[in-house]
Amino acid sequence: MDLSAINPILLIAAMIAASTPILLAAIGELVVERAGVLNLGVEGMMITGAVCGFIIAVNTGSPAVGFIAAALGGAVLSLLFAFLTQVALANQVASGLALTLFGLGLSALLGQSYVGIKPPRMGDTPLGPLADIPVIGPILFGHDIIVYLGLLIVAGTWATLKFTRAGLILRAVGENHDAAHALGYKVKRIRTLAIMFGGACAGLGGAYISLIRVPQWTEGMTAGVGWIALALVVFASWKPWRVLLGAYLFGGITQLQLNLQGAGVAIPVEYLAMSPYIVTIIVLVILSADKSRAPGSLGRTFHASQ
Amino acid sequence: MKLSHLLATAALAVGFAGAAIAEGHEKTKVGFVFVGPVGDGGWTYEHNKGRLAVEEEFGDAVETVFVENVAEGPDSERVMTQMALNGADLIFTTSFGFMDPTINIAAKFPDVKFEHATGYKRADNVSTYSARFYEGRAIQGHIAGKMTESNIVGYIGSFPIPEVIRGINSAYIHAAKVNPDVEFKVIWVYTWFDPAKEADAAKVLIEQGADVILQHTDSTAPQAAAQEAGNVVTFGQASDMIQYAPFPRVSSIIDDWAPYYIARTKAVMDGTWVSTDTWDGIGPGMVGIGEITDAVPADVKAEALAMKAAIADGSYHPFTGPLNKQDGSAWLAEGETADDGTLAGMNFYVEGIEGDIPQ
Repeated sequence: MDLSAINPILLIAAMIAASTPILLAAIGELVVERAGVLNLGVEGMMITGAVCGFIIAVNTGSPAVGFIAAALGGAVLSLLFAFLTQVALANQVASGLALTLFGLGLSALLGQSYVGIKPPRMGDTPLGPLADIPVIGPILFGHDIIVYLGLLIVAGTWATLKFTRAGLILRAVGENHDAAHALGYKVKRIRTLAIMFGGACAGLGGAYISLIRVPQWTEGMTAGVGWIALALVVFASWKPWRVLLGAYLFGGITQLQLNLQGAGVAIPVEYLAMSPYIVTIIVLVILSADKSRAPGSLGRTFHASQ
Repeated sequence: MKLSHLLATAALAVGFAGAAIAEGHEKTKVGFVFVGPVGDGGWTYEHNKGRLAVEEEFGDAVETVFVENVAEGPDSERVMTQMALNGADLIFTTSFGFMDPTINIAAKFPDVKFEHATGYKRADNVSTYSARFYEGRAIQGHIAGKMTESNIVGYIGSFPIPEVIRGINSAYIHAAKVNPDVEFKVIWVYTWFDPAKEADAAKVLIEQGADVILQHTDSTAPQAAAQEAGNVVTFGQASDMIQYAPFPRVSSIIDDWAPYYIARTKAVMDGTWVSTDTWDGIGPGMVGIGEITDAVPADVKAEALAMKAAIADGSYHPFTGPLNKQDGSAWLAEGETADDGTLAGMNFYVEGIEGDIPQ
């Protein structure tokens, strides 16, 4: 065992970066679920965002444009889900699963000629002297712009849901869509917008994997991150800051266990491998002892005539 | 309601159509069960190349079907059952974790032939086949031992099964032979294919000082991570991964399944198929060594090629004594070579490797 092989500064920095895809996807899904819609298609939207972002970044040479394309790609795919569930009134669970399958297939098709290509690199954010501060500098100020964007989205979502009229309406739609409808709010329109926001965030998360974390395109490369994001929203009891905590815990312990393995720590590898899931679940379950509950209309189909 | 009714009708129609084709049954139908996507650039990619070679060889006389991304374990039984019900004559299941499911399903369909890759359980209608990847690992180990400057070699393991452990041992023996100070750091990722996790593992190994990365996982993500780090050597796994040559990828192990798949399909067509156990290496061509690039010093390259030739003609066995097990107990005496039985079930590290194999 040689713990000195682990550099804690690099470890924490890596943990923040590794958490970003889950964080982005989960915060998007949180907004969707607070509006009363259960979209199980996160994985499909992520992988579609990953491939759209990759293709556009390679063709334009600009990772920033790639990320915009990824958000658009995810949002466009989520429109399909919005059409099925809000217009055709299809079952949300089935439509979401179909969206995941469709997204995986579509992305494999789109990405066929992009296997083995290297995308343009996204530089670290130029924060100037801040990045030179010892210890804190590399941990907090040495990241790419998407990491900060993810944090901004979490803060923005929290503030919007808690303090603004728009947030109140969104929550009303999610808690009781009949009452919201009776008050004159356009339930379908609001839900469609929420679904598109969720799609855009998932797309960004996917592109973070294909453009920054891996960085290359491989079929099926999100490998289940979307499902973890979905579970995280539930365990975080639909609260933005808990989603952030959960994502950091999960990403952090994943990194930590790889580091411990590399350093030869004498804990059986099976325990290390399962630790991210267990620790995240335990912490969030303890936190949700305050009787938080799911949005009242979650997963229920809304039709104005009923 | 309407939509679901429509879908159900469509599903029924497809089912009937499938049944109708099965009735006719003139073409030989060959099924493939893949653990990853055919576009993984590694393991499954090469198996799919073998499938395409079968189609090319026999043209209209065969029909191939494949299902990708099949989870190891019980779910794969469903996929195999479906293939058998749809009239497959021969089914290749191409991952270690499909072993028990293959045996179970083969018992239910005695007229269908099954071929399971990298496993050790056989039946009257189940053959096993694998390649001696450890022969390629020996060459990689030699190059790794010569090229590492930090004397730390990182190894990304998938699952602690004999095939992977054999590879680690073979690489270590040959790295340590040319560089006694070399140290192996092994990280188990418990997946065959998860680019993000593989990239993370590679980055952790690099952060901990490794300047050579060997991988026993299927994607090219570790190659990308090494390329970004700049001064880290890698080897293509299962497929050539030539897109990362000449550096970081300096050589590779290539699995060439095409001749085997063609021969076995032919045997089914001729009615000469019998259950066998095939384990071929560099000699018969089932294991190929990808081009050793100029990033490798010329003398090291020459030694590696000499070793390849010696393994191919049988004059050198990568597991030749004297070798001890990790705990120091004697395994092979001077000049003794390991028998296939021990190799097939290998569950111990050789002396010099630190850490425990997860049990």
